[in-house]
Amino acid sequence: MHLLRTFRGTLLLASTAIVLSACERPPIATEQVGFRGTAMVTVENPREDKWPETIVPDPLPAAPAAGPKAGDIYQNVQVLGDLSVGEFTRFMQAMTAWVSPEQGCNYCHNAANLASDDIYTKVVSRRMIQMTKDINVNWNAHVQEVGVTCYTCHRGQNVPEYIWFENDAAANELAYLGNRNGQNTVAENVGYHSMLADPFSYFLVGDNLDKIGVNTDGWQPTKGQETLQATEHTYSLMFHLSESLDVNCTFCHNSRAFSRWEESTPQRATAWHGLRMVNNINNEYMLPLTTAFPDYRLGPNGDVPKANCATCHQGVNKPLGGVNMVNDYPSLLRE
Amino acid sequence: MAEYQNIFTRVQVNAGGEPSVDLPSDNWAREKGVFINRWLGMFGDAQVGPFYLGRLGVMSIICGLIAFEIIGLNMWASVGWDPIQFVRQLFWLALEPPPAKYGLSIPPLNDGGWWLMAGFFLTTAMILWWLRMYRRARALGMGTHIPWAFAAAIWLYLVLGLFRPIALGSWAEAVPFGIFPHLDWTAAFSIRYGNLFYNPFHMLSIAFLYGSTLLFAMHGATILATDRFGAHREIEQIVDRGTASERGALFWRWTMGFNASMESIHRWAWWFAVLCPLTGGIGILLTGTVVDNWYLWGMEHGLVPGYPQPYEAPANPGM
Repeated sequence: MHLLRTFRGTLLLASTAIVLSACERPPIATEQVGFRGTAMVTVENPREDKWPETIVPDPLPAAPAAGPKAGDIYQNVQVLGDLSVGEFTRFMQAMTAWVSPEQGCNYCHNAANLASDDIYTKVVSRRMIQMTKDINVNWNAHVQEVGVTCYTCHRGQNVPEYIWFENDAAANELAYLGNRNGQNTVAENVGYHSMLADPFSYFLVGDNLDKIGVNTDGWQPTKGQETLQATEHTYSLMFHLSESLDVNCTFCHNSRAFSRWEESTPQRATAWHGLRMVNNINNEYMLPLTTAFPDYRLGPNGDVPKANCATCHQGVNKPLGGVNMVNDYPSLLRE
Repeated sequence: MAEYQNIFTRVQVNAGGEPSVDLPSDNWAREKGVFINRWLGMFGDAQVGPFYLGRLGVMSIICGLIAFEIIGLNMWASVGWDPIQFVRQLFWLALEPPPAKYGLSIPPLNDGGWWLMAGFFLTTAMILWWLRMYRRARALGMGTHIPWAFAAAIWLYLVLGLFRPIALGSWAEAVPFGIFPHLDWTAAFSIRYGNLFYNPFHMLSIAFLYGSTLLFAMHGATILATDRFGAHREIEQIVDRGTASERGALFWRWTMGFNASMESIHRWAWWFAVLCPLTGGIGILLTGTVVDNWYLWGMEHGLVPGYPQPYEAPANPGM
């Protein structure tokens, strides 16, 4: 009897430990955002934040706007030429601190001839400045009054931490056996689900964004319905949004009717524009730079680094906690 | 007291191997290999065997093994035959049905063909196993309740993998063979068809599922609680007075005014269990074929309550 009791106790203890090891310990922070009983709640575990701490740098002291224009004094100034020499220099200093604080000016510039486009990073950064302006001018529906600067993505690094390349992990390895259909890999940036492993190549380049919606407008079946596999593609992308912003589905959706705008939160419209913004960034700015980048900056398929939601958001629903940096650099607010 | 709260069986019969009743003459002879195990006796009968294989059993196991091998080898091949990655990613791996472009045609082997083949052998294995259960029940002179209960589960399986894909004209609608992939498929299925919780047959299926567990708990508890009065002799006690049966029955009449009898409780349990996959299968079969969006269907039929929204819903920016 004694042996049996010990055996039982050990079994109970071991199974309890195994079951509990998969749990996150309470308390979990929740906030009600909708009517009671509708599960419109944000959920956050304050002890489980894998994202880096958000640090917002102080603005550089303002420079005089008077004086000759940079475009008239320096050669080969294709962007920001309307700034005064003082403002232009200040912006270059800020950009150095944001993107190449260790390498300094020579990360982009040939020290012997600052006007030269010899170094690829100068070509890329010019295009990125144009992109930043484009975002601030034309994508207010997403970035709103906060806007973006180089720092929104770069955070003091040459290459932003959260970028993506085409993911071949789910490629067809053998011709006759084991086709994964692009799915069923262990991928962190889509939240470890087993659906489409690379929703970015499908949605965030090219023109598949209109295929996100898979529900019909009426309850009766119609011709040309979206398939279950298309639904999984959307679901996969939505996992990425959720992970990147560290929010759950109900941040944008009422989970009882995901597709219905009438029951969604205002954030869903912001996200809708954001997806199109990222698609535009990749199609208009990143893909054409493919030949500008040296091989070691390219992905395994020779593709350029590209943006997704995490590139700016980095685990926060408002990048940099919603702090406006761009107003201190107003040249980024005009085209 | 502790004696009655034991989770293990208290009485074990050990009279050597017992081959039990005679079988009809056209049956295979019983296999050898009967043995007694004291540890198994704590959970059930201490006697293991005899196991009856038979023609149907052999064919079923062969077909099941073929399906298992097709699925497993495809999974293993998908990680480049790496045994470590096979174990590490096992829950993610799957054999996927063909893409939608193939419709109901026979797709290339590595683009859903293996899936179709695995599905064929798995289905065949299950149907052969069903026939085997039916024949074994008949051979013992039993009723056929067990095979028909199994048939209810096969119905749900066939709806998911065969009937519904055929009705919609695409194998792509079917479920992948894999642990997480089939769970992700289930979640995507509900989202694609406007939230399955608004499907009345899904509601019925859930009610029968949870109802089954409730009935099981009530019945199991009643029998254990009256076992000291001989409740394990359930049926014969129906007609006796002052028995465990009568006490159990009185307990439920005291506490909820009505009781099932020792016979009818098993009909309750059987029907609840069987109706769970039966109603669920009907609900799945209607999804996409008759109703494309259960939430919108529910709105039209007064199923969806309206709630105040403290936020202002945005207009669809795409319109």
